[in-house]
Amino acid sequence: MASDTTKTHPWHLVEPSPWPILAAVSAAVMAVGLIVFMHEDSPWLLILGLVLVMGVFTGWLRDVVAEAQGGIFHSELVQKGLRLGFVLFIVSEVMFFFAFFWAYFHSSLPILNNVAGTWPNGDLEAIGAGGIPMLNTLILLSSSVTVTIAHHAIIENDRPKAVRWTGITVLLGVIFLGFQIFEYAELILHSFTISDGIYPSTFYMATGFHGFHVLVGTIFLFVCFMRLRAGHFKAEQHVGFEAAAWYWHFVDVVWVFLYINVYFWGATGFLHLPAS
Amino acid sequence: MSDTAHAGTDGGHDHSPTGWRRWAYSTNHKDIGTLYLAIAVIAAVVGGAMSAMIRLELTQPGIQFIEDFQFYNMLVTAHGFVMVFFVVMPALIGGFGNWFVPLMIGTPDMAFPRMNNVSFWLLAAALVLLVASTFIAGGVGTGWTVYPPLSNADFHPGMAVDFGILSLHLAGASSILGAINLITTILNMRAPGMTLHRMPLFVWAMLITAFLLLMAIPVLAGALTMLLTDRNFGTAFFSPEGGGDPIFWQHLFWFFGHPEVYIMVIPAFGVISHIISTFSKKPIFGYLGMAYAMSAIGFVGFIVWAHHMYTVGFNVETRSYFVIATMVIAVPTGVKIFSWLATMWGGSIDFKTPMLYAMGFIFLFVAGGVTGITLANAGVDQAFHDTYFVVAHFHYVLSVATVFAIYGGIYYWLGKMSGRQYSEVQGRWQFWITFIGVNVLFFPQHFLGMAGMPRRIPDYPDAYAGWNMVSSIGGLITMLGAFMFLWILYRTLTAGAPAEDNPWGEGATTLEWTVPSPAPFHTHEVLPDTSDLQAAE
Repeated sequence: MASDTTKTHPWHLVEPSPWPILAAVSAAVMAVGLIVFMHEDSPWLLILGLVLVMGVFTGWLRDVVAEAQGGIFHSELVQKGLRLGFVLFIVSEVMFFFAFFWAYFHSSLPILNNVAGTWPNGDLEAIGAGGIPMLNTLILLSSSVTVTIAHHAIIENDRPKAVRWTGITVLLGVIFLGFQIFEYAELILHSFTISDGIYPSTFYMATGFHGFHVLVGTIFLFVCFMRLRAGHFKAEQHVGFEAAAWYWHFVDVVWVFLYINVYFWGATGFLHLPAS
Repeated sequence: MSDTAHAGTDGGHDHSPTGWRRWAYSTNHKDIGTLYLAIAVIAAVVGGAMSAMIRLELTQPGIQFIEDFQFYNMLVTAHGFVMVFFVVMPALIGGFGNWFVPLMIGTPDMAFPRMNNVSFWLLAAALVLLVASTFIAGGVGTGWTVYPPLSNADFHPGMAVDFGILSLHLAGASSILGAINLITTILNMRAPGMTLHRMPLFVWAMLITAFLLLMAIPVLAGALTMLLTDRNFGTAFFSPEGGGDPIFWQHLFWFFGHPEVYIMVIPAFGVISHIISTFSKKPIFGYLGMAYAMSAIGFVGFIVWAHHMYTVGFNVETRSYFVIATMVIAVPTGVKIFSWLATMWGGSIDFKTPMLYAMGFIFLFVAGGVTGITLANAGVDQAFHDTYFVVAHFHYVLSVATVFAIYGGIYYWLGKMSGRQYSEVQGRWQFWITFIGVNVLFFPQHFLGMAGMPRRIPDYPDAYAGWNMVSSIGGLITMLGAFMFLWILYRTLTAGAPAEDNPWGEGATTLEWTVPSPAPFHTHEVLPDTSDLQAAE
């Protein structure tokens, strides 16, 4: 038997932790809160659930960061596992968006759907690819470049440069979200809301979940920005930053698909159901 | 080892927690595996009670005791959800997967122990929400497929369906996190020398299952989210009046649902391979073929979903494609069946209880498989769709075959997990009672289905009375077997004979048999050298 003091393997055996069970309880509170909100119009349980989930998430990830900083637990192989785990998480996210893209194609293309009438439904007009959507495409594609510059700076151990370019990426994410909120407000005031039929349903669902992922990615990168300033990342150990960057690229790719299919192709009407 | 024996290997470390914290805060793959098995047993009692009520109602024509038909609908729905998400998956993937993947690949624990624990507790939370849904607003009476329009706000206006949806969201999150954990553990943490092609077949099965979970569950999550917004926020994904399409729900559901049936049965393939090899005292025949047959089944499982939807009005080309793609699955499945038979061929077979269950599995899975081939034909399915023939088919492959793998797996590994060995005589009796029970229960349902008896209806014409009575008697025999199993479990855990490290002898070659019984709190802290493992033939 191995003694307790010498570690005979490269793996990280985590100490017992209260976070998982608290996370599950918080998620259940949030779920029930959402149901109460939808049926009774009372948001308080939902807000409580959200606060609890975010609190548990913060506490849990503080533990992970502390373990990473200790320098003993996150061996090279453990880091490899963390990276692999995060890539798999992104794969699951891709499949989540797969459902919403499928909704869009099923509802708009006659080859998949032979019950629907026109596209867009009713007397709505499809949103074009110019204006804000194109601007947002440029912003998000640029942010993929800036985050890569920051990544290279970390590999070169150039901390000030990494801080600067991560900060710029966060800023671009915030600008993207600002434009999207503006776009949504314009649409809701002058064109359509989510309950105006299948075109608004697919549009708001797909772009809305994407926007939520931009928000999450921006927060993720902001945490990396603070950790960079605190000197957490080294050339040979920066899994947290890599995960944030990969997540950001994923969000970027989803947007490119949204832009091409929903905004651009959707507005051309090519192969779609007849226009209304 | 001898000088530390007095402290024991179990709990001897200062960081081994005790009391309720050991379970609530656990980061130990064995404890979490035990929790999963416990929740599966509890859920099996709940889901089994529901099936008993269904079967008793159907014993004779006319209404026996369920006056409220929505209650009957709720029973059918909740029975399906409980059995799929809270019995079969937790037992095979969460229970056996957690316990034996690290033991078999020679690593101290799972890759992400905290995430492992949150997977379990999310599942517990999901079970609470699902049970809550049965008490609210008449429950979810949609069937486990939750098809709109029945599941939309017009026909289920209360909170029940929303509880069901959120329950599945939590269970799905649990499964996705569990899948990430399994894949990372298997790909990153194998002991030195254990290449992918030397990995035990159970580990292969878990790897493929985890990939299916990772790719299929998020699609269900997307579908459930759209159903939730259709019900509560006025979207029109599944409502024709807004330009949507209820058939689209069926596409999404079965794009998840068909891989889901392989998520339940591929782990069973893994368990059965180990049992057959152990008790035939031979290595598994065609090891690589077995591994890649499972991979092929997993892959093809993603491109056959619309065979659940033959009656929705597809054109004939679409149906032809799905017929052919579905029948292709019979090829890798045949590879598995014949390889198991070839493993037994010429072996020195020891008919212990796990082996009986493994052979029972093969029998039942073949029976359910050939009715699957029947149903794969779009033309035949026009007649059989939504009849008891379908009920008989999927209960043969799932309810019976996979549950046989669970029973067999528990008998096979109980000694390793608890340190106590079950009584062989009792185990064999329990097997034969269950084997007779399930066949009497489900075989007549083929006849009922061919005669046209529809599923999910609490009453039927007198013409179906005979075989329904037989089926209900089979249900009672099966229930007797289940109670007997619970009793054997209780007797073994409280008064079973001490289990040897390897009670099965030379046939049991995988690494879990090299550690003591019960397996200590921490195992493989010194990584085993597996480079002398027999290379795959």
